[in-house]
Amino acid sequence: MHELSLTQNLIELAEEHARRAGASAIKSITVKIGALSGVIPEAMEFAFDVCCQGTLAQGATLGILHVPAIGRCRQCTTESSMTSLIDSCPECGGFVLDILQGQEMALTELEID
Amino acid sequence: MCNDCGCAAPLPGHEHVHDPPSRTIRIEENLLAKNQCLAETNRAHFLAQQVFVLNLVSSPGSGKTSILERTLADLAEQVTFAVLEGDQQTSNDADRIAATGVPVKQINTGAGCHLDAHMVGHGIETFQMDATDILMIENVGNLVCPAAFDLGEDHKVVVLSVTEGEDKPLKYPHMFQAADLMLINKIDLLPYLRFDLEQCKAFARQVNPGIKVLELSCHSGAGMDQWYDWLKQGVRRKRAVRNAERA
Repeated sequence: MHELSLTQNLIELAEEHARRAGASAIKSITVKIGALSGVIPEAMEFAFDVCCQGTLAQGATLGILHVPAIGRCRQCTTESSMTSLIDSCPECGGFVLDILQGQEMALTELEID
Repeated sequence: MCNDCGCAAPLPGHEHVHDPPSRTIRIEENLLAKNQCLAETNRAHFLAQQVFVLNLVSSPGSGKTSILERTLADLAEQVTFAVLEGDQQTSNDADRIAATGVPVKQINTGAGCHLDAHMVGHGIETFQMDATDILMIENVGNLVCPAAFDLGEDHKVVVLSVTEGEDKPLKYPHMFQAADLMLINKIDLLPYLRFDLEQCKAFARQVNPGIKVLELSCHSGAGMDQWYDWLKQGVRRKRAVRNAERA
């Protein structure tokens, strides 16, 4: 449910960077979203057009790079792909996995005019 | 030849408008960067004023406000509190806290589902922070969104009541992972419920092996002393950190 405020943050960030670069409009915005970031990409897409209204990003397109989650077992150091925060190690069954990637939610690229 | 479009210009009348090419800029900035920045500002302020700050999170109805009411009353002689109350609507919780005589400010988030660092920064403006030991921030009752927003607190404290089901930590792992302390509330009701206390703690530790767990009932008073000890220890530790920085 917090995708709306995250998307508002995204547009604000994008506008700041675009203004600093002297842009008059933002044509596309690219973000990367980790599988365990808690952000639902579809909800962000849904909020995006509304949040762009009246900003430099009006009419812009949204690109989402999905980052799969990888964890490393603290017990046996095996790295495995994760689909939830409560996954256990497929090798030894250990419950504590340090998340190496998959919690990202970041603005990565802007296409500006 | 025209450099922009490759046509056989320059001929007289070659004056079509070439769109300026769009540019791509690469950035790497977290979507919560602004909130994070404000949270760090809050945190520095809290440290300078030696205020121990807790962000209380839970589902609605777990007993956050009742725990606060009892805590404020029981520790009134020993600890100076201030309270921020987050709810979508009404000042009901702030009214309950105000009745204890503790300074309180209600933040209504409207449609918002969580407090953010900006709201907290403004929320504390009327408090005498240099005369406050503990700032309690009662977040909007919601086990999802408040997990993602740092307010500048020392700890997130998640409250789970035994009427909710022991598998909440598995259902809402982000929140239980973000919290340092879990309060299991309403334990006076355990005889009437099929709530597996040990299983609940095991689930919480599966999500967050380092989480500390206290069992209590703000109604009967059972277990409240451990919670008070934890609070007083936090106040002492915060002062020690500050004094060490000054030395």
